[in-house]
Amino acid sequence: MDAPQQQDVAAAAPVAETGAEAILIRDLWKVYTRKKGMSVSSSDIENDELVEELDKGEDAVVAMKNVSLEINWGETFIIMGLSGSGKSTLIRCLLRLVEPTSGDIIINGENVTAMNKRQLVNFRREKIAMVFQHYGLLPHRTVLQNVTFGLKLRGDEKESRKEKAMDSLDKVGLKGWEKYYPAALSGGMRQRVGIARALVMDAPILLMDEPFSGLDPLIRRELQDEMIHLQKVMNKTIFFVTHDLSEALRMGDRMAIMKKGEIVQVGSPDEVIANPADEYVARFVQDEREHMRRAEEVLAWDMAGKEGAAHVS
Amino acid sequence: MFPEFLQYHVAGAVNRFIDDLIASYASVFDSISDGILSFLLGVNSVLTFIPWWAYIIAVFLLSWYSSKKLIGSVVLAALPFLIGMFGLWAMALESLSVIITAVLLALAIGLPLGVLMAELRPVAAILRPILDGMQTMPSFVYLIPAMMLFGLGKVPAVLATLIYALPPVIRLTALGLNQVPKAVEEAALAYGATRWQLLKEVRLPLAMPSILAGVNQTTMMALAMVVISSMIGARGLGQEVLLSINRIDVGRGFEAGMSVVFLAIVIDRLTQNMAKRWEPPKR
Repeated sequence: MDAPQQQDVAAAAPVAETGAEAILIRDLWKVYTRKKGMSVSSSDIENDELVEELDKGEDAVVAMKNVSLEINWGETFIIMGLSGSGKSTLIRCLLRLVEPTSGDIIINGENVTAMNKRQLVNFRREKIAMVFQHYGLLPHRTVLQNVTFGLKLRGDEKESRKEKAMDSLDKVGLKGWEKYYPAALSGGMRQRVGIARALVMDAPILLMDEPFSGLDPLIRRELQDEMIHLQKVMNKTIFFVTHDLSEALRMGDRMAIMKKGEIVQVGSPDEVIANPADEYVARFVQDEREHMRRAEEVLAWDMAGKEGAAHVS
Repeated sequence: MFPEFLQYHVAGAVNRFIDDLIASYASVFDSISDGILSFLLGVNSVLTFIPWWAYIIAVFLLSWYSSKKLIGSVVLAALPFLIGMFGLWAMALESLSVIITAVLLALAIGLPLGVLMAELRPVAAILRPILDGMQTMPSFVYLIPAMMLFGLGKVPAVLATLIYALPPVIRLTALGLNQVPKAVEEAALAYGATRWQLLKEVRLPLAMPSILAGVNQTTMMALAMVVISSMIGARGLGQEVLLSINRIDVGRGFEAGMSVVFLAIVIDRLTQNMAKRWEPPKR
């Protein structure tokens, strides 16, 4: 990293911003109800299982029950859970892409749930940026135009827009691709554009909704590494949703595990693996425990082998 | 046979209603009529002012520019030449001016209605059955209200054409807007797009291929209707067709009919090529 970028980072470093938590979620609920005479459109609900339940004639389904979380400045917080556990609903509530039924969300000291339309638009433009599983790129805009999109929405100057976007594309390793259209890019590269679009906003908080789930394992790993590297430099607060435990372990400082709309355990990855709170979590981390046990065995065997070799020589 | 004592006619009542309507709103209908007529004459005088060879060159260049196919463009440019050869150039221009007027009016009404239909549920709920009705109605029927209110001639022809050609552009505009992927809309909202920005920056550009397909459909329907509206006295290619039917003059009918087809092909090709240019790039 060169000097000017370092300065940028220092200026944007959110750790010192306030003493309070970056994100505070209190007693958050989301209940989908059937309106009289209206079918629930599946576009409102991310979760197919919930839609099915509503279709079956249930009057209401609970997508999120009494969720309370505190996310500190500068940490990467992972939300883990199987599909249908409400993690997508939760991350969308933070931006009010999904309206929570009750509860409070306080981000950067501001009560998001109490904002009016105007305040909400400004909040989304300044304070928070999101990366999506399905990228959500504009097919009729070039890579560069996609990255500048958020800046354009909030009315930044054209010149500074381009400059920031080029810088951001450079960070995600897409220099030279700015004139291409999304259709010409592979999945991994499209998500790089998605990340560049989020970084360029210079928001202290980053929301990532299963950003690497659709990518093949090698590319996924590559992007995870780059994200970890970027995070070291940027020191943002990252709210990261995934269903992949190994991803959670690599990326996360702390994690919460969700099951059927409820948080069942919060802790550091090590804590969660060592002391699963219930059987659901235990099953989740079973493979990882297995791996660790095997790794220990291999290590022990390796040591024994080396010792043996040493004896021979 | 249907029993005679059960017969009941509303024709008299309708006639009285229309008479009253015309009597009390004569000035309104007159001004609408005058407005459309002067616009129509303006379009027609511009069309006749342009020399015939300019059309042929323009068709060739537009086609070449949008499709880059040489033979196709030459064939397309030859079609208006054939219309001229049949001696129907002036007639074709008169039909074209009715089409242009009706289509411009249809777009001015249809595009905003399509946007409203996609944005507001109640509007869609009201418009959809009306559009269904408009599209299932036989095209001849549109001549009746147009004729009742505006008499004979070009103005009722424009209005009948307008009503007949309106549904596709409304429908396809709304359809295109509703088909924008939810993931893209969500991303735009997450970055702080207002409703207006979402429409202008994301939904309308992504709906453009569908909207232009609607424009193409509307133009094609206008062309069909212009032929039919010769029955209420609109001059043009349709009149030639009608005359040759009445006189059982097959040869003359063939020339006029082919001219209509040529006109349709040229307009269809040109508007379709325009629509293709708006599709999101593949590379």
